[in-house]
Amino acid sequence: MGEITQYSYFPGCTLKTKAKDLDRYARSCAEKLGAELVEPENWQCCGGVYPMGSDEIGNKLSSVRALNDAREHGRELVTVCSACYHVIKRVNDDMANVPDIQKRANNYAEFDEPYTGETKVLHYLELLRDRIGFDKVKEAVTKPLAGKKIGAFYGCLLLRPSNILQFDDPENPSIMEDFISALGATPVRYQMRNECCGGYRRMENPELAQKLVGKIFTDARNAGCEELITACPLCWYNLNSYEGPDKLPVRYMTEVLAEALGILDEKPEAAELDGVSCGCMQDAGKEA
Amino acid sequence: MTPDEMKVRDYILKIYDGDVTKCMHCGKCSASCPAYGEMDIKPHQFPSYVAHGEIAALMDSKTIWECLGCSACVERCPRGVKPGKLIDGVRQAVIRQRGGSHLYPEQIPAMVDPETPQQLLVSVLRRERK
Ligand code: SF4
Ligand code: SF4
Ligand code: SF4
Ligand code: SF4
Repeated sequence: MGEITQYSYFPGCTLKTKAKDLDRYARSCAEKLGAELVEPENWQCCGGVYPMGSDEIGNKLSSVRALNDAREHGRELVTVCSACYHVIKRVNDDMANVPDIQKRANNYAEFDEPYTGETKVLHYLELLRDRIGFDKVKEAVTKPLAGKKIGAFYGCLLLRPSNILQFDDPENPSIMEDFISALGATPVRYQMRNECCGGYRRMENPELAQKLVGKIFTDARNAGCEELITACPLCWYNLNSYEGPDKLPVRYMTEVLAEALGILDEKPEAAELDGVSCGCMQDAGKEA
Repeated sequence: MTPDEMKVRDYILKIYDGDVTKCMHCGKCSASCPAYGEMDIKPHQFPSYVAHGEIAALMDSKTIWECLGCSACVERCPRGVKPGKLIDGVRQAVIRQRGGSHLYPEQIPAMVDPETPQQLLVSVLRRERK
């Protein structure tokens, strides 16, 4: 493969801890495909949910810093976690189009030059499709997943609100199906693939989360799926922790990619958590 | 509407930044909502509650904690009302103004297991605590 292109890479807190496979296979597969994912120093957790209140600034700053860091290095910013993608892309839109947020966030951040949404945010799937190219991915496949019937689980965060995320058709997406085809497997479309799995209520209302996941599995199974793939650690957890009928195996999309590229068993050292401040607990109670 | 409710309504409208009067009560948002069955006041009722100033009822509703923030209603509303954002605005008004939190750190250990992703903890705390 030709020359290596560098991208800034925001792994997010969960990929550093519970979802290490999602992270390390993202890196090793990218490398194999000619893209280097460079992690900015001292990035901070994006917060996991986009602060919807039109007056919120503080909770958006970690995203703004990551975006500005990418700009300073002249790179596009890649994320894998659906939640990171969602949050950072929406904050980027605010920085480009909402003058009040743009002004106040820049006042806080004190960059050399005000940040006004210049960085392009890419999901890992977009990196594969639009920068590397699914045809190149296909060429690099050494162990085609022939005969496997795989369903994409998009969930909610990658797709909505579509006017800002502009990721894919929010009601009939196809990027993950095209990805599955590139790996030599058979994509299976099912209706519930863009519905929310109830992940956010998993802690406090697990019955609801289980009920929603059950509906997703039943729909996927009836459509002929043998397994599902996801890019979201919360979907992965919520779907995998389901106990009930129709359950299917659920894997990270990067793990499936690594399998097809023939590098599933190589286990590069997972990056350490040093220098990363995750907002999980320490930020509780001091949010603006 | 009490003067207090009026104040909170203005506050909610400011955070929400949309137009509740555009709602035509078609119910598409509620039909799309995966948490519909858990809610006492349904998504399609939120705009008119706000328009009529019935703010206290919204602030006491179960709905604001059951909403998943999935934006299905926002995406599918034919009038651009963004009911999910309105629900979020009410939740934020409760968290900020009542100085209250819905979830306390002491409750968390019983709700997590070894596989619980950080993403979930971070998100829940951000959504439910001041
Ligand atoms: S996992 Fe986390 S909080 Fe954490 S980085 Fe993704 S969404 Fe952001
Ligand atoms: S965890 Fe559920 S809530 Fe999250 S993106 Fe996945 S679908 Fe949406
Ligand atoms: S908010 Fe939108 S979808 Fe819901 S009832 Fe009103 S117009 Fe219909
Ligand atoms: S954002 Fe909330 S109200 Fe809207 S569809 Fe999702 S769960 Fe229902």
